[in-house]
Amino acid sequence: MSATLTDLGIALGRVGFVMLFVLNMGGLLTWVERKQSAVMQDRIGANRASIFGLRLFGLFHPLADAIKMLTKEDFVPARADRALFNLAPLVSVVFALVAFAAIPFGDVLRIGGREIPLQAVTLNAGILYVFAMLSLGVYGVMMAGWASANNYALLGGQRAAALMITAEVAIGASIMGVAMVYGSLDMMTIVRGQGAALLPQYLGNWIPKWGILTQPLAFILFLTAGIAATKRIPFDFPEGESEIIGYFVEYSGMKFGMFMMADFVETVVIAGMTTALFLGGWQVPYLAADGFHFPWGADLPLSHLTVVTLQVFVFWLKVAVMCWFLMLVRWTLPRFRYDQAMRLGWLGLFPLSILNIVATGLVLLWRAP
Amino acid sequence: MRLRQRFYLVEVLIGLGITAAHFFANLGRHTARHVFGSKTARGAVTFQYPEERRPYSPRLRSLHRLVRREDGSPRCVACMMCETVCPAHCIYIVAAEHPNPEIEKVPERFDIDLGKCVFCGYCVEACPEDAIRMDTGILEFSSYSRRGMIYTKETLLGLEPAEPDGTPRSPIPIPADRTPNL
Repeated sequence: MSATLTDLGIALGRVGFVMLFVLNMGGLLTWVERKQSAVMQDRIGANRASIFGLRLFGLFHPLADAIKMLTKEDFVPARADRALFNLAPLVSVVFALVAFAAIPFGDVLRIGGREIPLQAVTLNAGILYVFAMLSLGVYGVMMAGWASANNYALLGGQRAAALMITAEVAIGASIMGVAMVYGSLDMMTIVRGQGAALLPQYLGNWIPKWGILTQPLAFILFLTAGIAATKRIPFDFPEGESEIIGYFVEYSGMKFGMFMMADFVETVVIAGMTTALFLGGWQVPYLAADGFHFPWGADLPLSHLTVVTLQVFVFWLKVAVMCWFLMLVRWTLPRFRYDQAMRLGWLGLFPLSILNIVATGLVLLWRAP
Repeated sequence: MRLRQRFYLVEVLIGLGITAAHFFANLGRHTARHVFGSKTARGAVTFQYPEERRPYSPRLRSLHRLVRREDGSPRCVACMMCETVCPAHCIYIVAAEHPNPEIEKVPERFDIDLGKCVFCGYCVEACPEDAIRMDTGILEFSSYSRRGMIYTKETLLGLEPAEPDGTPRSPIPIPADRTPNL
């Protein structure tokens, strides 16, 4: 009985840890977005929200946002479908939040004779799960577009649907190459595979076999399609705030906030996926389960707990750096026109990712014993 | 477009390089300022306005003031030149006899309606006595009513010229309809 309870506790702990991190990262990203864009543009950025005169570089602005959104009028248009209108932001944010569950944030933790995989849910088709959750998120957006009884919202919803199909196909096809190289759809296995050495017969143990080195084209394609999947600039035409305002034109208060939140959480998910698939996930270069083994012969033995802590820390660090990069892209590029994004997706990303699969297959065949 | 531009990715990377360079350079300057206490490093071009004012040009035309004589009475002789030249008709003067026979007249009332004023500076140009100037450096005048935008002789006489860098020396005159710290 107590064993079951412990198991339940561990499961809840894993889920809770991931939830905590993703939610906090998402909330923090609103601050990062303001501050990073400001620093990039030689500005200071929002810094006026203060608690007892304490400003902390504007860190209280997400809090102020939340208070503002919670106290605003919750408006529902008279002709809107009430049930779907209220459901849409929930669908959007929930699927974005659960998507992170299959991404491993560390290796197996051994405590008290138990082996706990550091992953919210252990799935042998983890990639497909993340992928499915990300695409389900667009239903919330489409629902919002249809239920608002507003033509602009409808346009935004349809654009979001078109964009999502474009991005999904490219994401799916570009991931295939990674799955082929590491021979699994389980994200834990893929991350483990990236700990091996790249071309050991030529390069020795110097360079780890990270996805970005084995699949550079897939990395670019996945990142582009991933940015498209987050519906943020340069692919933000579902919003298109200067022309149609987009699917959330009728939303106010916290419901609008949930759509915003979903966008930020999706950014974290894409950053997490990129990290796990291409940047070695929780792998630290030269760090094995019993400590560092440097290729020049030096060894640094570490305890199991230290290794796991280091891995978890490095994983979140990589995710944070990827978030930074996605923000950099968001604040550098102008928006694609609808037809340009469609052309890029269907005539650029999709054929290239098919090409990548074929090339990967040929190389694997050639190198097979 | 050239092939490189049509390919897009190279141009994107160049653009990202520019913005990332700005990001890291500014981050370094912010760190030097806030962590290491450097006075000269500025990571942003922003002036934190109410606390920090940018230096104004000495030629800036700001809120008017009436110049005083040594005895404190206005230097103005109520010749109506400024009222005549004013394109916005925002100056209203009522002349009165000055006790000193050497001086022609004195304004009994001198009102400027800042809601109408276009800050052209013609009044300063027209004045033969150099009695009105626009060098207070004060730009913040607002009111909840049109009545509150009318500044009277007493207010205008009480203003001082700005510092050489444009910092106002006088406090901002607060109209009667606006309570302080609202």
